[in-house]
Amino acid sequence: MSTEDKIKYTEDTVDLEGKQEYTITVYAENRIGLLNRIAIIFSKRKINIESLNSSASEIEGIHRFNIVIHEGYEVVRKLARQIEKQIEVLKVYFNTNEEIIWQELALYKVSTDEIAEKVTVERLLRQYGASAVVIRKDYTVFAVTGHREETDALVKALEPYELIEFVRSARVAIIKDSAGFHEKLKEFEAFEPGEELVENEFLEKGQKIFTM
Amino acid sequence: METAQDTIQQNEAKAETSKTLFKGTGSQVLLNGLIEEGVTTIFGYPGGAIMPIYDALYDYADKLEHILVRHEQGGIHAAQGFARASGEVGVVFATSGPGATNLVTGLADAQIDSTPLVCITGQVFAHLLGTDAFQETDVINITTPVTKWNYQVTDAKEIQEVLAKAFYIAKSGRPGPVLIDITKNAQLQLEEFPEYVKCNHIRSYRPKPKVRVEYIEQAAELINSAKKPFILFGQGVILGKAEEEFKAFINKSGIPAAWTIMGEGAIPTSHPLNVGMLGMHGNYGPNVLTNEADVIIAIGMRFDDRVTGRLDKYAKQAKVVHLDIDPAEIDKNVKAEVGVWGDCKETLPLLTNLVNENKHEDWLAKFRQYNQEEIDQVITPELYPTGDEMTMGEVLRNINEICGGDAVIVTDVGQHQMVACRYAKFNNTRSNITSGGLGTMGFGLPAAIGAKYGAPDKTVIAIIGDGGFQMTPQELGTIMQFGAAVKILILNNRFLGMVRQWQQLFHDKRYSFVNITSPDFVALAKSYYIEASKVDERANLRQALETMINHEGSYLLEVMVGRENNVFPMVPQGMSVSEIRLK
Repeated sequence: MSTEDKIKYTEDTVDLEGKQEYTITVYAENRIGLLNRIAIIFSKRKINIESLNSSASEIEGIHRFNIVIHEGYEVVRKLARQIEKQIEVLKVYFNTNEEIIWQELALYKVSTDEIAEKVTVERLLRQYGASAVVIRKDYTVFAVTGHREETDALVKALEPYELIEFVRSARVAIIKDSAGFHEKLKEFEAFEPGEELVENEFLEKGQKIFTM
Repeated sequence: METAQDTIQQNEAKAETSKTLFKGTGSQVLLNGLIEEGVTTIFGYPGGAIMPIYDALYDYADKLEHILVRHEQGGIHAAQGFARASGEVGVVFATSGPGATNLVTGLADAQIDSTPLVCITGQVFAHLLGTDAFQETDVINITTPVTKWNYQVTDAKEIQEVLAKAFYIAKSGRPGPVLIDITKNAQLQLEEFPEYVKCNHIRSYRPKPKVRVEYIEQAAELINSAKKPFILFGQGVILGKAEEEFKAFINKSGIPAAWTIMGEGAIPTSHPLNVGMLGMHGNYGPNVLTNEADVIIAIGMRFDDRVTGRLDKYAKQAKVVHLDIDPAEIDKNVKAEVGVWGDCKETLPLLTNLVNENKHEDWLAKFRQYNQEEIDQVITPELYPTGDEMTMGEVLRNINEICGGDAVIVTDVGQHQMVACRYAKFNNTRSNITSGGLGTMGFGLPAAIGAKYGAPDKTVIAIIGDGGFQMTPQELGTIMQFGAAVKILILNNRFLGMVRQWQQLFHDKRYSFVNITSPDFVALAKSYYIEASKVDERANLRQALETMINHEGSYLLEVMVGRENNVFPMVPQGMSVSEIRLK
């Protein structure tokens, strides 16, 4: 799918200023201070990070950041290049929501008495795909994994029943159209990059966005 | 199948076999590493947290020349001047806390002007980190946005590898400043060290790509089809050491070429295809014709706002070919029809092969026509003034006549900088040293000291305004002590001239705090045992300049110039390049 098509395809999620949610995936060395180096690329341009996750990747020793921002295509493309420019960053991809599979985890702490009295736990579990993580006399903790709307829906449902605590994790995302980083890494480790991976592909207009 | 892990293990195994042990401290191994990297000159200032390194340096005086500056900012600007004049990496030492924070302006300047530096800062003992110890600052975080890379060493065993990486990162790809913060315990730590191995590969860092021929072909096709092609070149040509390749390209293609102030000098001023300076105070033709060219070939330049003026009215009719080593620059400010990512030392010869020989006579004639208009209306009155007051331009004309274009000209920031860039003649590359991107007042004097160390056989002239000179005058002490034969030319208009010009043109002549007074610069220089004189009449100007340039050793000359002279042409901020004003 070309960039142009992609933009058309995602038209309905784009707001009036041409902004939409992008998930940026950064493969990087696991090094102290790198998170700051990446974060200031956003703050320098007064761009808010909606969600940021730092974790292991499919390759040992290589870190993977997922960063969610609400911005236009041009801005995100420039940001991605600035991030990729950092010495310890190997590769940056950026994708619209249609191009990724993503999840967030939310935890809800509610009073066990309240919940036992007024709602049927089974209904909650079934309707929101929640699971009870802890059930104690004084409180119960539910967990829901899903998209923002799904985790938000349970907040709404629990609000009347004394939601004691609520927390949601950063987004983690898998790129649908990615073959993983194993092969790429070999290219990075080679002194002379191979023919088909000369890392110049993002200059080819009309390629898949994610190959930035 | 070989996995990534295998490769790492193999590399480690290779390193194992090349071990020759050296027993010493972290400080010694650091200095040995600097020597291995070919460093001969260090600009620095000692202090508590870097004392072990200075203690080791005591025994290295025959191999490493240390220039004791008077302020760390002076040290880093000197290292910048050294790097810019020599093409080598500039090295700076500073202590923790205030020593390190004083480097920040220079780091920002070097970052935006892509100057290769390795800065070593001392840091408090590792066990004191985060305790608000004496002279502790979070140097790594403070300098992150203004360094290409930085790293804190807390264990001496890291020093060699980190230093090797620092030099590799500073000078490869798009160069830039690197800072290594070394805790005092690591400087003191006694260890057995292996042989120093230079770095030539970091897996997460791709300094330059393998050039893709298809982009060269597309670029050549566009260039060959152009009727009015126009080259804009920047410092990339100089940083890539591609001056000859660039010359070959323009000579064959016959395309007029204009420079950003960072690119000035990459080809001689006198080259027939050199049509002059771009941007806010650039030449008339290059600015106006930017909006007439059909194909623009941007080489190692980044379309800074001072070059483009109003972006939505900039070169909209032109198809742009952009050659740059930094992929983040391509499509950043101006959309490129063809982006050629690569080192111009490699891409230019490929392009030269494919472009047609051409002369573009009619198109060049247009540049000459605009140039004539500029000569008549701006340049002649500036270089050959008829009024009583001296102009900055006539001072530059005299320097050109005396030095013939062979001097290294270092400027500070402001009106004199624009005049110097506009009128100074250059025969050689790496001869125009100025603070381009950051516009750092106070850069001139220390950078000139460094430039003299970087180009010891050249005449180095620091051209500085009365305002800028007062930002770093303490470096006269460095000249006094180490004898750098820098010629200091103060163009004194008794105003912060550039700000005054803007206040005159855009703020109804409300001269708000631009009326700056100066000390007796001649007496000041003499108090540092530097010869000095002052000229306030045209009749004495030539003789005074000759005395300064022919003087053995450093010399300060203050020239009193017209108070309210303006620099023209000018593209007012927010206007299009084609709306450039001649007065």
